[in-house]
Amino acid sequence: MWMGNYDYLNVFGLLIQATLIENFLLANFLGMCTYLACSTKLKTANGLGIAVVFVLTVSGILNWLVHKFVTGSESLTWLSVFGINAEHIDLGFLEFLLFISVIAGFVQILEVVIEKFAPALYLSLGLYLPLITVNCAILGACLFAVTRDYPFMPNMVYVLGSGLGWWLAIALMAAIREKLAVSNVIPALRGMGITFIMTGLMAMAFQGFIGIKLSRPTASEEPAKPQRLEESL
Amino acid sequence: MAKQMSTMSYFSTQLWESNQILVAILGICSALGVTNRLSVSVTMGLSVAFVTSFSCFFVSLLRKITPDSVRMITQLAIISVFVIIIDQLLQAYAFSISKVLSVFVGLIITNCIVMGRTEGMAKNVPPIPAFLDGLGAGLGYAWVLFVIGAIRELLGFGQLFNYQIIPLGWYANAQHPDGYDNFALMVSPPAAFFLIGGMIWIYNMKKT
Repeated sequence: MWMGNYDYLNVFGLLIQATLIENFLLANFLGMCTYLACSTKLKTANGLGIAVVFVLTVSGILNWLVHKFVTGSESLTWLSVFGINAEHIDLGFLEFLLFISVIAGFVQILEVVIEKFAPALYLSLGLYLPLITVNCAILGACLFAVTRDYPFMPNMVYVLGSGLGWWLAIALMAAIREKLAVSNVIPALRGMGITFIMTGLMAMAFQGFIGIKLSRPTASEEPAKPQRLEESL
Repeated sequence: MAKQMSTMSYFSTQLWESNQILVAILGICSALGVTNRLSVSVTMGLSVAFVTSFSCFFVSLLRKITPDSVRMITQLAIISVFVIIIDQLLQAYAFSISKVLSVFVGLIITNCIVMGRTEGMAKNVPPIPAFLDGLGAGLGYAWVLFVIGAIRELLGFGQLFNYQIIPLGWYANAQHPDGYDNFALMVSPPAAFFLIGGMIWIYNMKKT
């Protein structure tokens, strides 16, 4: 349950895979709205990036527990301790509702706690917290981790790596856009249009990593599942 | 009659003048992620239209009794209910498409269009205009997805709705090495960025 058939090297590979090869923004296209809206200044981008890494890691772990003990198939067997036979109950359809509630609830609590105990941090970070609830990278990472059935440790490393990758991508883009703001772009393309094209170019650069498979546990025999939408088509 | 016109205008402005993808730049994630097959794009567009319109309707119904401090969670709960309905329907009646869409169906919950419409419009107006507004936003999203999906599938696979459009005889083979070849970039993710960037370009030129 903790490591499954992953050893430490596989888990490290998974971190690289989640951060660079399957970068959440540039390969999976998740969290685009916040990314496009908040990438005009490097400072903002960094603040948002750190907040996403933190929230994504914690809510990824919480949602793993939710999946393991509430919504996954045969996950309710622990109820037999109390004499309830719940083996055949499958609450899988509630997964979306529970996941988003966990994320929204966690972000809300975090906001209150930070405001109370670290007002300075709240001023620099608190602004972005409500934005994070609706960041699809968070929900996306939780759902990806669940569909791929990671054990606890790999799941934690996967959500951490996804967050780091998201931060990397938004920081890179913000640095480019700070320069773009003073360049001479065709009027109709100025603003969002050129940002899309820049992101496309960056995504093409990140495609250079495709084909490197690091996340597969060496101990397992089963072929790795298709990792990306494009490959499964 | 004037009231009737203004109610309909909730619907029609969303389709072109304030199109969610091209003007508000919302809902980009799924617009990029699912559009390399037309059938998938259409399914996704219609699902989003369904979820947006009905969530707007119910958010608007509850707008007077929802306390301001918990409205985000209330809206998310309403939205997730409709996403669960769509997800179960797709799994029951279109299993292969639901397999391809995988997590993107779940991600309709955090699709910024839905949140944007419920937060920006539905909580201020009566249910019927809110419904039309949501429907318009969803269909505005759907047609952009349709265009991008059509371009990507035609150039990337030479097909539309999995039906071969570009004659197989045109393709390069051992005898005709200089024949037609599929445009591999269109299948890959970055193409969607270039296409949306280009659509925004054309849209801005048309507008000014």
